[in-house]
Amino acid sequence: MEIDVVELSRLQFAMTAMYHFLFVPLTLGLSVLVAIMETVYVMTNRPVWRQMTKFWGTLFGINFVLGVATGITMEFQFGMNWSYYSHYVGDIFGAPLAIEGLMAFFLEATFVGLFFFGWDKLSKRAHMVVTWMVAIGSNFSALWILIANGWMQNPVGSQFNPDSMRMEMTSFFEVMFNEVAQAKFVHTVSAGYVTAAVFVLGVSAWYLLKGRHVELARRSIAVAATFGLASALSVVVLGDESGYSASHTQKMKLAAIEGMWETHDAPASFTLVGFPDKEARETHYALEIPWVMGLIGTRSLTQQIPGINDLVDQAEEKIRNGLIAYDALMTIRTERASTPDEVRATFEAHSEDLGFALLLKRYVDDPRTATEEQIKTAAADTIPGVASLFWAFRLMVGLGFSFIAVMAYFAFMASFRGMRFPRWALWLGVIIIPTPWLAAELGWFVAEFGRQPWTVDGVLPTALSVSHLSVADLLITLAGFVTLYTVLFIIEMGLMLKYIRKGPYEDVEETETWMARHEDRLRANDDKGPFAPEPAE
Amino acid sequence: MILFELIDFDILRVMWWVLLGVLLIGFAVTDGFDMGVGALLPFVGKTDVERRMVLNTVGPVWEGNQVWFILGGGAIFAAWPPLYAVSFSGFYLAMFAVLAALILRPVGFTYRSKRDSQSWRNGWDWALFVGGAAPALLFGVAVGNVLLGVPFYLTEDLMPMYDGNFFMKFIGLLRPFAIVSGVVSLSMLLMHGAAWLTLKTEGPVQMRARTIGTYAGIVAALAYALAGVWLAFGVDGFRIVSDVAANGPSNPLYSEVARGGSWIEAYSIRPWIVIAPIMGFVGIAMAVLGLRAGREVSTLLWSKLAITGIISSVGLTMFPFILPSIVDPNSSLTVWDSSSSHQTLFVMLVAAVIFVPLILAYTAWVYKVLWGKVTEDDVTSGHSY
Repeated sequence: MEIDVVELSRLQFAMTAMYHFLFVPLTLGLSVLVAIMETVYVMTNRPVWRQMTKFWGTLFGINFVLGVATGITMEFQFGMNWSYYSHYVGDIFGAPLAIEGLMAFFLEATFVGLFFFGWDKLSKRAHMVVTWMVAIGSNFSALWILIANGWMQNPVGSQFNPDSMRMEMTSFFEVMFNEVAQAKFVHTVSAGYVTAAVFVLGVSAWYLLKGRHVELARRSIAVAATFGLASALSVVVLGDESGYSASHTQKMKLAAIEGMWETHDAPASFTLVGFPDKEARETHYALEIPWVMGLIGTRSLTQQIPGINDLVDQAEEKIRNGLIAYDALMTIRTERASTPDEVRATFEAHSEDLGFALLLKRYVDDPRTATEEQIKTAAADTIPGVASLFWAFRLMVGLGFSFIAVMAYFAFMASFRGMRFPRWALWLGVIIIPTPWLAAELGWFVAEFGRQPWTVDGVLPTALSVSHLSVADLLITLAGFVTLYTVLFIIEMGLMLKYIRKGPYEDVEETETWMARHEDRLRANDDKGPFAPEPAE
Repeated sequence: MILFELIDFDILRVMWWVLLGVLLIGFAVTDGFDMGVGALLPFVGKTDVERRMVLNTVGPVWEGNQVWFILGGGAIFAAWPPLYAVSFSGFYLAMFAVLAALILRPVGFTYRSKRDSQSWRNGWDWALFVGGAAPALLFGVAVGNVLLGVPFYLTEDLMPMYDGNFFMKFIGLLRPFAIVSGVVSLSMLLMHGAAWLTLKTEGPVQMRARTIGTYAGIVAALAYALAGVWLAFGVDGFRIVSDVAANGPSNPLYSEVARGGSWIEAYSIRPWIVIAPIMGFVGIAMAVLGLRAGREVSTLLWSKLAITGIISSVGLTMFPFILPSIVDPNSSLTVWDSSSSHQTLFVMLVAAVIFVPLILAYTAWVYKVLWGKVTEDDVTSGHSY
C-alpha cells in the first residue's frame, strides 16, 4: 500500500470505526438485556434479579463509556479527514447524524447517569423506566447512523445541485425509509443482541464452572440463551434481506462477495468455497450449489444476477455518460446564472452518472481529457477486493449460523433439562465470547470494503473525498489514536476482567449458602477437566 | 415535498444561525461546568474523598452534557456543511487535541474510582484536568482565530484548501489575540465550574471553589474587556461587497467579500446587539459577587447569563459571517451562502422543534431528581464514582 493521504485516511477511518464497534454491539444488546432483567425484578420482586441488573449494569457501564468516548471521534472525523465528502454530501448525510444526537444520544446519555446514581433516589418502577430509556436511546442511535450509512450504500432521495456543487436532499422520506438502511438496522441491532447474549452466557458459564454466583449465573444463561436465539435467527434473516436488497442496489458488491465473474443463466448457483483471482478474473476450485444464489439474491428462478465482467462494462458506459454531465457542469460552473437552458438540461439528463466521471480524477485533473485506456482502468477500478470480501462474508455467515446452534442448545438445556449443562458446553460458552465481535467486524468490512472505490455508491469516489492534509498531519493523528486507543483498550479489558472476577459483590451470602449445600458435588467436579460428564449444577 | 417552502430559505438560514448559537451556548453552560470542574479538580479537592465528592457532583450528568458537544458537531454537519468541512480540517491538529482530551474525560470520570491504587487515581485526576482545561482553552483560541480570519480558500469545485504546513496548523493558531480569547473561555468556564461546585458541595471544597471562582471571574472580565478593545482597534473586519442573495444557492464563491474596517462597526449598524456584551459583564460581576456572598443558585444562573452574553456577542458581532478567510476573502462562509439546502434546513428544524423541548424536559427532570449537595456520605456509600 502506498502511503498517501487517501490510504492513510481510509486506514484511520477503518481503525477508529472498527475500534468503536468493539463497544457498540455490547452496548446495544446489554442495555436491552439489563432492562429485561430489571423488568423481571420489578415484576417478581426477587432480589437475585436486582443483583443481576446491577452486576451486568456495572459491566455495561465500563463498556458504555468507551463506546461514547470513541463515538466522539466518529462524529468529527468526517470533517477532519473527509472534508470534501462532508461538503459534497453533508446536506443529506449530516441530517441523520444530527437527528441521532437529538433523538438518541441525549436520551441514552441523560438517563445512563440516573441508571447508576438513581438507585436510592428513584422508585423501583421509575428506575426501570430509566433503564429502558437507556436501552431505547442506544437502539435509536443505531437506527439513525444506519440510515446515514444506508444512504452511502444506496443514495436515494437526492440529486446533484450544480450551483452549490454538491448533492442535495430531495426527499427526506426516501432517505429515511431506504430499504438498505432498514434491513441494515435490524441486522446490526440483532447482531448487537447476539453479542450481548454470548457475553452474558460466556461469563455466566465461567461462574458455573467455578461454582460461583450460581443463582445469578443460571438465570442469566436462561435469559441470554432465549434472547440470543431469537436475535441470532433475526440476524440471519435480516442478513438475507440485505443480500436481497444488494441484488438491485449494489450489484457489484454482491457479485464480488460471490466471486461471480460472468453472468450466468438464472437461477445462479451459490459458490460455497473457492479462490477468487482478480488478475485472472476467475474463481478457482469453486464448489457450487445450484440455484441457491438466484434464490437468495432475486427470490425468483428467472431473474439474472449480473457478473463482475458485465458490471465493469456497464461502469464504462456510465463513465462516458458521466463525462457529458461533467462537461455541462464545467459550463455551469463558469457561466453560473447565465448558463444556457439547454446546458442545464443536458446536465440534468446525465447527472445521475456524474460520479462515474469523477472516478477519472485519480488519473487526470480534467476527466474530459482522459484517454480510452484511462476510462477502461477507471471502469475496472469499480471492482472491489473480491477475495477478501468472498472470505470475510463466508466466515461471517458461518459464525452467524453457529450462534443459532449454540443459543438453541443452551435455550433447550435451560428450558427442558433443568439447567444441567455439561462442562464441555460451559467451556464452549466461555471460549466463544470473542466470536460475535469478530462476526460484527467482518460484517462491517463486507459492507464498507465492498462499497469501494466509492464513499457514496456511484456518487462520490473515495479518492476524491479526503481533506487537503499532508501525510505528516495524518501520521500524527494516526499515531495519537493508536496510542490512546491501545492504552484505553488495555485499561478497559483490565477493568472488565477485574469486575467479572469480583462478581456481583452483594451476593456473597447467597453464594456461600449455595456452595455449602452443594459442596460434595462441586468437589467431585474439581479434577475432571472440561469433558467430565457430570453437570456442574 | 412543497411543505418546506412554508418558511423562506433566508429565514430558515437565520433560524439555523440562531440555533447554532443556542447549541454552542447549551454546550457551554452544561458541559462547560463539567470542564470547569475537571480543570478545578486537583485544586479544590485535596484528599481522595474530597476529589470523589467533586467528581460526583458531575458524575450523573456529564454524559448528557457532553451530548451538546456531539450534537453541536452533528448540527453543524447537517445545517452548515461547508463550515463543518472547512473548520474541522482547517483546525486539524487542534481538533485532534480537543478530541483526545474529550475522549480521556468520560473514561476518567467512570474509571477513576474503580481501582484503589493512589497512582491510578492521581493519573486520572490529571487526565480529567487536561480533559477539562485543554478544550476550554482551545475552544476560545478557535473562536479568536475565527474573528481574525482563517487561512483557507475554496477551489472552484468547493474543495476546502488550507495554507500552511502541519506545524502552522497548530502553532499558527496561537496568535496573541486568539490566546486572549482562549483565556476568556478558560476563565469563564473555571468560574462556571466553581459556581456549580458552590451549589453542589459544602465545607472546604466549597470554600476553595469560591476563592478560585472569584479570581477566575475577575480574569474573565479583564480578558473579555481586553479582547473587546483589541477587536475594535487591532483586528480587521470583513464585509460583503456584492449584492446579498439571502435566498441564493449555498455557494460561498458567488459573493464578493472585502477585508477591512472593523468588526465593531456592527454596533453602529445594529446598536441593540450591545445587550450581549452587557450581559457578559453583568453576568460575571453578579456571579463574582454571588460567590463572595455565598449565594448558590443565583450565582450559577448569573454565570450562565455571562456565558450566554459572551458567546452571543461573538456571533452578533460577526453576523452574517461565520468563518471569514484571510487568504481569499471571497471564500468566506456567511449565513447566506454556506447553509444546507432549503429542504434539509426545514427537516432539521422540524426535528429540533420536536426533540429539543423533550430533551429540555427530561434533562430538567434528571437534575431535579439529583438535586441537593453531594456529601462525604454519598461517596462512601455504594452508588457513586
